[in-house]
Amino acid sequence: MPDGAAPVLDVRDLKTVFRTRGGEVHAVNSVSFDLRPGELLGVVGESGSGKSVTMMSLIGLLPSPPAEVRDGEVILQGRDILRASPDELRSIRGAKIGFIFQDPMTSLNPVFTVGNQIMEPLRVHLGMSKVQAELRAAELLDLVGIPDAKRRLRDYPHQFSGGMRQRVMIAIALACDPAVLIADEPTTALDVTIQAQILELVKDLRRKLGMAIIWITHDLGVIAGIADRVMVMYGGQVVEQATVKELFGNPRHPYTRALLKTVPSLSGGRAGRLQVIEGQPPILTADPSACPFRMRCTHAFDRCARENPRRRPVGPGHDVACHWDPEPANA
Amino acid sequence: MPDAATSPAEGSRKLVEISDLKMHFPIRTGLLRRHTGDIKAVDGVTFDIYEGETLGLVGESGCGKSTCGRAILRLYEITGGSVVIEGRDVAALGPEELRKARPTMQMVFQDPQASLNPRMTVADIIGEPLNEHTSLSSNEKLARIYELMDQVGLNRTFANRYPHEFSGGQRQRIGIARALALNPKFIVCDEPIAALDVSIQAQVVNLLEDLQDKLGLTYLFISHDLSMVRHIADRVAVMYLGRIVELSPRDALYDDPLHPYAKALLSAVPEPDPTHEATRQRIILQGDVPSPANPPKGCNFCTRCPEVQPLCHQQDPDLIEVRPGRYVACHFVKPDNLTAGSTGGTEAKERNQQGESQ
Repeated sequence: MPDGAAPVLDVRDLKTVFRTRGGEVHAVNSVSFDLRPGELLGVVGESGSGKSVTMMSLIGLLPSPPAEVRDGEVILQGRDILRASPDELRSIRGAKIGFIFQDPMTSLNPVFTVGNQIMEPLRVHLGMSKVQAELRAAELLDLVGIPDAKRRLRDYPHQFSGGMRQRVMIAIALACDPAVLIADEPTTALDVTIQAQILELVKDLRRKLGMAIIWITHDLGVIAGIADRVMVMYGGQVVEQATVKELFGNPRHPYTRALLKTVPSLSGGRAGRLQVIEGQPPILTADPSACPFRMRCTHAFDRCARENPRRRPVGPGHDVACHWDPEPANA
Repeated sequence: MPDAATSPAEGSRKLVEISDLKMHFPIRTGLLRRHTGDIKAVDGVTFDIYEGETLGLVGESGCGKSTCGRAILRLYEITGGSVVIEGRDVAALGPEELRKARPTMQMVFQDPQASLNPRMTVADIIGEPLNEHTSLSSNEKLARIYELMDQVGLNRTFANRYPHEFSGGQRQRIGIARALALNPKFIVCDEPIAALDVSIQAQVVNLLEDLQDKLGLTYLFISHDLSMVRHIADRVAVMYLGRIVELSPRDALYDDPLHPYAKALLSAVPEPDPTHEATRQRIILQGDVPSPANPPKGCNFCTRCPEVQPLCHQQDPDLIEVRPGRYVACHFVKPDNLTAGSTGGTEAKERNQQGESQ
């Protein structure tokens, strides 16, 4: 993919800490990435790797006593939104950045109709009249594949199934035609056959609308099918970033390599034993000046404890944060 | 490692025989809580589990797989059918006999957070079944607790800690140690890895496999993770809306699913391989699973089946053996080489195959 187009979203050195009684937790540690127009960036990592906190930080959704976005820049269409006022932020959220959360039941308000909830951003951000908003809301429901859209606007969230609720969430997120859509584990709570429906819908919507998407998941299979580029997070950091083909075909970071091997495959050979990543995910109160993966890494050496590796390029559009070099001769 | 037999070895004994198991939950409505209907969570399920094998039970949420597992251990009073474990019909045992039968059958639960008492130490939790069912002295008991902790890979020095001090994977190890305490023969693993991170799942699955080899355990492995079931199970049963739609040896099912639902389910699983994903043909099922309180007339799957025929709306198909060791409940998967169209390909590998008829 040519890097010609200016990124819609450019995140530089984002740092978020949580102040707890046990000390500071470095949940996001110098995360940088960009998102190009029309691209789908997959973010993979285990729970606690910082993938959700990163996204919440950049749109100012973290409660702040415990959380503090300490450093960094988030440039959305040329403006640094980390330094935007709360009012400005409110007009950016929903209008310029759409958000889809994991659990569609808890993110929809049970006492308002679905129509009401889709119309809210349209009226607040775009200043539509009630009639206009209702028409647009029906269009949106239709767009996300809910049959009989006009009538369903009057239904409440509990009258929809899990997959249908997630479609409603997508409709809300798309309401104001955002430049960036952030989807945080949008299919994790769904069954595989319903997940397949939603993935199909998202592919279809991308073709029609062409927005840039950040897709957070822990499921490598979902990423393989949907992403253009993938960012792997571990211990609050980006450890590897590459195009989807490159990442699955030529993973460089020991964590990415191990992660790909721990997942049994549905087709292909069946290994005798599953490969294991020994140990536990890191506790992020520890000093962020060492590599977070070193305790579980099979290639760790003394430098890994002294110095947190910086991301370095290893190929076109491929970078990795690791001191170890799988092919020392020539990369 | 030698590949485990894909079908139960000749002469292998049936440890668990389940026939026509039904578990209905009453729906009560109105002021008088009148009984107005039933949720047919498990509605006539029949299968056997052979000694030493792992039977995978897969399906989507709400299909009744967990209820089935719990009903087999009689954690519910079942509505109908029989569950014979080691020659004893568990469904018909009285309270005292049932209590005596408990040590042979145990369970590992999905959520290790909710299934461990937060006010008990690890030693108390693992030792509780020993208190209930054995008369060991306190020294013997402690020795057994340590032995169990070693077996599941927990450090002995943690014996006096509480569950909240452990990570998810370690908590699941505590749950496994508790299940092993009384030397059971049969363990129902109800989504034991669903709550764990990917890198921890492999640790727990390897542990379960090691324990099976060492102790000769028989598992019913309930999961919605089809890739993991392919890894661990010898035979796999696919459930849909309270019924088993297909029961086949693992490789046969994954290479060539016969039931339309099994096909759709397998094709919906995303695979961590972008090249393969790009070319893959998916069967996208329309709509949602119907409510088990009001299942459709005829075949349960008729509302979503891509190959539905008029007959499916009228008559409920039976689970019949269509190939050696393969059971399918579909009107249009005919026994052996009478198949119509859609199933072909790998049949040639099978025994007694005369050739394909079209």
